[in-house]
Amino acid sequence: MFISLTVSSSVLLDIPPFSLNLIQNVQNMLSVDFMQSAFLAGTVLAIVAGLVGYFVVLRHLVFAVEALSHVTFTGALLAAVVGQQPIVGLFGVTALVALAMGLLGNRSARSRDVEVGTVLAWVLGLGVLFLSMYTTTSSGAKGSLGVNILFGSILGLQPQQVQWITIVGTLAIAAILAIARPLLFASVDSDVAAVRGIPVRGLNILFLVLVAISVAAAVPAVGVLLNSALIVTPAAIAQRLVSRPFMALLLSAVIALLFTWVGLTIGFYAPVPISFLMSAIAFLSYVLVATFSRKN
Amino acid sequence: MLITTSLLADAGEVHFSWNPIANLQELFAFHFMQNAFLAGTMIAIVAGAMGYFMVLRGQSFAGHTLANVGFAGASGAALLGGSPVVGMLLFGIAAVFGIDWLSGRTQRAKIPGGQDVAIGTTQTFALGLGLLFVQLGTSYAAGIYALLFGAVLGISDRDIAVIALTAGTTLTGLMAIARPLLFASIDADVAAARGVPVRLLNRLFLILLAFAVAEAVQVVGVLLIFALLVTPAAIAEQVTARPIAAVGLSMGLAIGFTWAGLAVAYFIPYPVGFFITSFAFATYVAVRLRRIRWQPSV
Repeated sequence: MFISLTVSSSVLLDIPPFSLNLIQNVQNMLSVDFMQSAFLAGTVLAIVAGLVGYFVVLRHLVFAVEALSHVTFTGALLAAVVGQQPIVGLFGVTALVALAMGLLGNRSARSRDVEVGTVLAWVLGLGVLFLSMYTTTSSGAKGSLGVNILFGSILGLQPQQVQWITIVGTLAIAAILAIARPLLFASVDSDVAAVRGIPVRGLNILFLVLVAISVAAAVPAVGVLLNSALIVTPAAIAQRLVSRPFMALLLSAVIALLFTWVGLTIGFYAPVPISFLMSAIAFLSYVLVATFSRKN
Repeated sequence: MLITTSLLADAGEVHFSWNPIANLQELFAFHFMQNAFLAGTMIAIVAGAMGYFMVLRGQSFAGHTLANVGFAGASGAALLGGSPVVGMLLFGIAAVFGIDWLSGRTQRAKIPGGQDVAIGTTQTFALGLGLLFVQLGTSYAAGIYALLFGAVLGISDRDIAVIALTAGTTLTGLMAIARPLLFASIDADVAAARGVPVRLLNRLFLILLAFAVAEAVQVVGVLLIFALLVTPAAIAEQVTARPIAAVGLSMGLAIGFTWAGLAVAYFIPYPVGFFITSFAFATYVAVRLRRIRWQPSV
């Protein structure tokens, strides 16, 4: 279902060489079909990830998100074994697990760490089972499905997937913006928020489901393992740069967008995996900000 | 790992009988199964002991990350033609210092969840690097799967020697710092006040964790070493509050799950990792549901 990752973009077709006329470069890049898809899907995904990520970091849910994104690996492979579209399994299983996590409620940081870890370990074991069932039952060159789920293939997105990502992503953006204010209140001080009549528990669950949706939507493009480059890092950088919450929220989305666009552009000209570029740009930016930010 | 067992089953070489002794004899008849049990046992002992401290310190995320960093190290070493264990150790140690530095910067800036963010960002970068190395190399999907999920039935005698060496080093290191580490894990502030070098211990422990992971990756894989680290320790912690009993129980459980997983996977052609994690998780759920607590005898 995905074009193999091993085919780098520059091999696929004759791409005009990089020129010093930057506008010309952008025009060249956007005239290619798969780059249009990649930019459309990447833009939506980056905004979702940036917005959701701000709250993920604020609420100390980084490890939980990591676990959720591994759940998508198992979910997608389960769907493949049963013969469904991977995307159905992705959304279904991930949303279920998020719901369960929400129902478990708030615990101390350490017991949550252990619980998430234990569930994550088993989910990985299940993923291995489904992977072996999938690779032994299906014939042909389907062995790369697992790798594509793990690392994504944003240049190999199919029109249907782009449609899915755009629709689901736009809905998720709208939902987050709609609940941003009470969610922020509940994230900063849940006790006071509850006293003020904000449905804290309901918000928690709704938020986790939104996280699940955005993680699952991102998997075909950036993959299970590299999700947090767009979710965690932009939000962490934004938090270091500005202190006003809504500014940080917006900045987080903008930074995620920048990582995606820069990654796609470099990846278009250089035969290097886009997922790697995005994670490297994210890491280097974070190191730079950690070194030079005035908040130290 | 998948291939070997199912091939055996296809060839009709696996004979499950209702006579348990015959089954055991058959299980150990093959050299590769002997090696698998030997390596599995050593890894389980180290993982059980390290896991206890990892869970106690709330560092499951760090453990998961070091396992993933191992993926980058092993694929980088494969690309350069070096030893995967050395690659994993180098990357693991680099990651420990990176995480330590980044989270130190963040904590000074008083940003919530600084360590988690540092860990997450480092991990993503390491995985991206791993992807790059794998792609620059030749064997694509097969290489990734072997690293991520291990190859428990393809362990050579040389692997056994390497595992024994790293396992021994890790356990010795852990025993050397166990006492102050326990103190620092239970109450970091009091330990620091008493002059225990809390931050240095944290670094040392994470490096030992990187060792434990590097040793285990060829057998259970990057993704599943984590299961041996976290679940037995989480169960032990539920059952007893006494540290020494908990470490022992955690090691015993890790060995038990590994043996059971290997034995079952020999007769049923599904991955060992699936059985190990499932036995572990089922036990964890059972313990949580029954809420057994052995009161420490005074």
